Amino acid sequence: MKEYGIFDILGPIMIGPSSSHTAGAAKLGKTSEEIYGDDFDKVDFYLHGSFAKTYKGHGTDKALVAGILGMEPSSEKLKDSFIIAKEKGIEFNFYETDLGYEHPNTVKIVFHKDNKRDFYIIGSSIGGGSILITDINGNKVELTGESPTLILEYPDKKGVISKVGTILAYNNINIANMKVSRFDKNATMIVETDNFMDKKILDEISAGEEIIYGNIINPVRR
Amino acid sequence: MFNNGKELLKLCKEQNKKIYEIVILKECSSSNISGEELKNEMKKILNIMISSSSSGLNKKINSISGLTGGYAKKVEEYKNAGKTICGDTIISAMARALSTSEVNASMGQIVAAPTAGASGILPGAIITVKEKFNLKEEDMINGLFTAAGIGEIIAKNATISGAYGGCQAECGTASAMAGAGIVEMLGGTPQQCLNAASFSLINVMGLVCDPIAGLVEFPCIIRNASGVINALLSADLSLSGVDCIVPFDEVVDAMYKVGRELPTSLKETALGGLAATPTGEELKRRLL
Repeated sequence: MKEYGIFDILGPIMIGPSSSHTAGAAKLGKTSEEIYGDDFDKVDFYLHGSFAKTYKGHGTDKALVAGILGMEPSSEKLKDSFIIAKEKGIEFNFYETDLGYEHPNTVKIVFHKDNKRDFYIIGSSIGGGSILITDINGNKVELTGESPTLILEYPDKKGVISKVGTILAYNNINIANMKVSRFDKNATMIVETDNFMDKKILDEISAGEEIIYGNIINPVRR
Repeated sequence: MFNNGKELLKLCKEQNKKIYEIVILKECSSSNISGEELKNEMKKILNIMISSSSSGLNKKINSISGLTGGYAKKVEEYKNAGKTICGDTIISAMARALSTSEVNASMGQIVAAPTAGASGILPGAIITVKEKFNLKEEDMINGLFTAAGIGEIIAKNATISGAYGGCQAECGTASAMAGAGIVEMLGGTPQQCLNAASFSLINVMGLVCDPIAGLVEFPCIIRNASGVINALLSADLSLSGVDCIVPFDEVVDAMYKVGRELPTSLKETALGGLAATPTGEELKRRLL
């Protein structure tokens, strides 16, 4: 049996009309922006399943754009996200597609920036406003955005897991979940923890290592 | 601390406490948040509920799809004209439930309770009862904690998702939460809270989820109106002393089994029920 807290039942505080199609979409956008950063001038959204079929009527499109602008699912500015994005000079497009994924509410978000490699994230809205990020640039991951999360992509070699574990323990951080996967010769590590992580932890881990991508996401707790 | 209604009642009895007190104790111990912080958080939720359930009463709120809108205002004006069949209390509750549902459909701010689609029911019930009996804010907060406890039990032992259990799992659960919450506000016993929750679930057992074009609008908004009345009548039934022969936990279990037995076409897929009527199909073509 899954454990629920009272604010899982009375909540989230959100912008309607649908926790999965609107709140979950905003969270997918926001979590993606936290993973990638805010340095982009164009974003493409590939909508799959129910997202593709009903996105206009549910405001999924506005919620996704609000998310990549950094808005929370409860932000009352969410429905003005198109205008805000245009003011910031950010171009966005929506495509209805078949991503071949099982979950009906899935989106592929591709960030573009001149002179940088395209960066993409695939995630699903799995109900009640909860999300699961499943793919970052081809690396299979499982990331919920509920807990503080460390993401590392690095050339695969021995000893990195042990080093990360040691540094986290030294910083008094308890690991809740850890997943490591490999794509080509690179490994991607997702570590969800019980404690807030300072960005300096990333510096400690990066010292003397070749890190292709590294980030720490600390979700806002209400 | 408690996983079902039976365990909740046992705790209330052993510690001589109300349901909301047990719910607060449980949440404090599982989340490491103080009772004071929990109450502040609940106050924030209450304020959003108050706002969403009133903003549609005096101005027409349209959904983003354009399919629905303005129902709350119509019902409020109808009430003010003084010729309703059901009387002011029921019509007020209905108007408030419609208001929150319309705010939701217009991309306004609401509290999912337990879902966005059923978000009108709980605010409509607790605010109407507070007004009618001139209760305090604290009473509404206590009612919300009790409602949350009931919702938690249903989520844990059955489902609160229309996609898994049909509308009975969403609006039915919202009514059960609201029924228990208002019985709490009016000083009912823990058993009476559970009876009200049981009656609410029983009244809509088997209710399908068949949204036109898959949008959280029609019939969802209408079912929020009937859902709040379901909560009020279930609370009245319970407070009058009528006992629920089948225990709450068995009712929840029955709802879950019915939900699983419902065909997929009637669980939020927009393939059956109202969504599959000629009009439903036509609207789907036009809107999507």
